[in-house]
Amino acid sequence: MTAVLDASGLGKRYGHRWALRDCTLQVPAGRVVGLVGPNGAGKTTLLHLAVGLLQPSAGEIGVLGGKPADSPAQLGRVGFVAQDTPVYGSLSVADHLRLGGWLNPRFDAAVAERRIDQLGLDRKQRAGKLSGGQRAQLALTLAIAKRPELLVLDEPVASLDPLARHEFLQHLMEAVADDGVSVVLSSHLVADLERVCDYLIVLTRSRVQVSGDVEELLACHHRLTGARKDPARLPADQEIIEASHTDRQSTLLVRSSGPILDPAWTVDQIGLEDLVLAYMRRAGEADRATRKSHLGSVG
Amino acid sequence: MIEFHLNASSGVSPYQQLVQQVRRALVLGLLTAGDQLPTVKDVVAQLAINPNTVLKAYRELEHSGLVAARAGVGTFVTSTLSDSSRAAHGPLREELESWFGKARRAGLDDESIEALFQDTFRSLDAQGVA
Repeated sequence: MTAVLDASGLGKRYGHRWALRDCTLQVPAGRVVGLVGPNGAGKTTLLHLAVGLLQPSAGEIGVLGGKPADSPAQLGRVGFVAQDTPVYGSLSVADHLRLGGWLNPRFDAAVAERRIDQLGLDRKQRAGKLSGGQRAQLALTLAIAKRPELLVLDEPVASLDPLARHEFLQHLMEAVADDGVSVVLSSHLVADLERVCDYLIVLTRSRVQVSGDVEELLACHHRLTGARKDPARLPADQEIIEASHTDRQSTLLVRSSGPILDPAWTVDQIGLEDLVLAYMRRAGEADRATRKSHLGSVG
Repeated sequence: MIEFHLNASSGVSPYQQLVQQVRRALVLGLLTAGDQLPTVKDVVAQLAINPNTVLKAYRELEHSGLVAARAGVGTFVTSTLSDSSRAAHGPLREELESWFGKARRAGLDDESIEALFQDTFRSLDAQGVA
């Protein structure tokens, strides 16, 4: 099966600053991918590269087996909802549907009309007067009615209240159930994505920290607690993601391909949020360490 | 028909929660043979969760022989948890109650009992006994 996203050594540089670096990914089709990371991590850059709004400074990216935005056909296969779900403020809801029909050869007007009815939106209403939640739903409606194979959504629920957020994700998941569309959506909040994603990419400080099937990731990460122990003495197949020690106790978050056999450890499963936070903290520490060693060499 | 709910802070994955809720409904007699489970789309629309999660839960239930999918119609309960297993509930509960009594008399509070229970469960699991 063709990967929906296939990046190798992908990077984007603005002047001296890399917004995205050494990004190598292969995301299978039919998944709902959560792209998670703090603000400024490079999420929007990666998404813009995927939809062809940006050109890479390094490496390559393939989307659904093609190059992003290199033909009208390719454009038609990918639906994109940019950050803050932009709409045309002075156009009415009905105008948006008409515009969607003109601009997209595969536009399914019946689907769009049905969704607008479901949402109870007034077709004569100007989009600028809609609430944040309604605006997001209108943007999603247009993207879904375009009948894409891949939907790319940049922070779609960040600015919505909890109810609007839930409703947005409900509609998005219904579209996945109906059409089997692949989805990539970004958020700086793991909690938003926990229920909807089955594939995770953690991006911080311009680099991919970890990516993979959510269940596989959760199955191979464990929290170990036990009497204080030198982490260097762990078996070779256990990679430490995070470690903290008191004078008596060690708490480790490890990635391990096999089961934890040492009976001295109490082994606990971890949640998605713990996993994401551990990788984010690790990236932060590595960054501080390099900065310190630079300062050291200067002094 | 039953309605699913998800507990975000339980630490149990959403798909396992769905499986558990069907199993529990079977044990409690809320679901019996012939009953239909909510369609994947209904569950997705209600809980705003990934359809694959629901499919996975239903597949696991199917695999354990509790439900069967009829193409284009839905997923139906095929077996009620066997009467023999339910018959065993009574005596096991009595034994457990007397064990609880012993544990309390030995000075264990609820939390210690639960910790001991979980710990034993896990170590049996690790030995492949459970």
